[in-house]
Amino acid sequence: MSCFKERNKNNLVTRNSMQRLKTPLSKSEIQKLKIGQEVFLSGKIFTARDQAHKRLVELIRKGKRLPVGLKGQIIYYCGPALTPKGRVIGSCGPTTSSRMDEWTPVLLKAGLKGMLGKGSRCREVIKAIKKYKAVYFLTYAGCGALLSQYVRKKRLAAYADLGPEAIYELEVKDFPLIVAIDSKGRSIYVQE
Amino acid sequence: MMREIRAELIKNTVAQLAQRANFVLRQDVRQVLYSAFRQETNARAKRILKAIIDNARIAKTKKLAICQDTGLPLVFLEIGQEVHIAGGSLIKAINQGIGQGYRQGSLRESIVRDPLLRGKPGFVPAVIHVEIRAGDKIRATVLPKGFGCENKSQVKMFKPTASILEIKKFIIDVVKNAGADACPPFLVGVGIGATQDYACLLAKKALLRPLDYTLHVTHYTKLERELLKAINKLNIGPMGLGGKTTALAVKIETYPTHIAGLPVAVNISCHALRSATKII
Repeated sequence: MSCFKERNKNNLVTRNSMQRLKTPLSKSEIQKLKIGQEVFLSGKIFTARDQAHKRLVELIRKGKRLPVGLKGQIIYYCGPALTPKGRVIGSCGPTTSSRMDEWTPVLLKAGLKGMLGKGSRCREVIKAIKKYKAVYFLTYAGCGALLSQYVRKKRLAAYADLGPEAIYELEVKDFPLIVAIDSKGRSIYVQE
Repeated sequence: MMREIRAELIKNTVAQLAQRANFVLRQDVRQVLYSAFRQETNARAKRILKAIIDNARIAKTKKLAICQDTGLPLVFLEIGQEVHIAGGSLIKAINQGIGQGYRQGSLRESIVRDPLLRGKPGFVPAVIHVEIRAGDKIRATVLPKGFGCENKSQVKMFKPTASILEIKKFIIDVVKNAGADACPPFLVGVGIGATQDYACLLAKKALLRPLDYTLHVTHYTKLERELLKAINKLNIGPMGLGGKTTALAVKIETYPTHIAGLPVAVNISCHALRSATKII
């Protein structure tokens, strides 16, 4: 038990082989990513969950302009807790990705390049990830307090009326990720 | 002799419990996480378990929610029959307490007023379960239940002649189906007996049982151990990425049932099983 108390104050294992990525991700960077690889992400990402996805896809289907530019961007499936006084953001871990499955292929077609969440994705999403050469990442699930330490800035980007489900632009620094579905359509989860 | 308890005191107690549950991971849950960390042999699973343990430490010291899904707050009240609640409505006091605790603790507004129309989320109402007991005290528990795992919970009405193997298979299949989505390693609450609705409540209440000791060893204790062993052979592991830690504990609650039936409910909890209790 004691081993947790002393070392690694800023948590997570820092290993020599760790790879850093910066958004927006380039085509070649995405194509080099392989399932199981653990990487650290810096730059801007957008949060969006169920209701925001529904609205974005409705706009795309009507041919209307989106409130945020998604080309080359990463969406983080996250609805943060309220921001405590004196902090950048509250607890902010990933939510279940599969609830967004029905909207994801449309967003990928519109230029989205990456998704970040928890859990597996359906076959259609995997196909679309392969088709549009995108990537799906996991991050530590149920670890929102820990992950909040990797967020430098938070800004409301759209849909304030959705509360925690609004779209926020986050600036992250060395946010820990695991590649779960790569641009070749390989998944870290065994398909049944 | 009736003992008077002010609604205001209940409100403040609930507010305090809401924050403690969300900021401080239960000691018994931390304990099973540590022992899982020590026993896990899969390197990535071990790293994830370490992140989970680190997260609990950071949440406690910085007063941050253990998980951003601060759940649908459930409030369990065991009220002694000698208690008289004075100075306002009990239900209002509970919801005001949850609202106050969640707002002041910067937790998350996760409750939509209308399940179909949805709308902007708020902190309340809580789901409240009241039981009348002997005595002149109130035992209050707040259990914030995240929905990643609540979504994977199930109930099945078995025939009274169902074999233990069928029942075990059902419970294990619910865990399999929860998979990576529900934030493994899990704590699995099982309710057996009573009616369909009550079996579900028993499954939820099983999650409130202390994980570190068993008061009476029965045939259900044996079943709990067998289920835990079988579940940890599924190789789902932390975050569903493999390893021998798929569940941290299985707890069973039972109740007498009807000659024609055998309800079995399974309530899945993510690794962040949060609850806090206080006796007033």
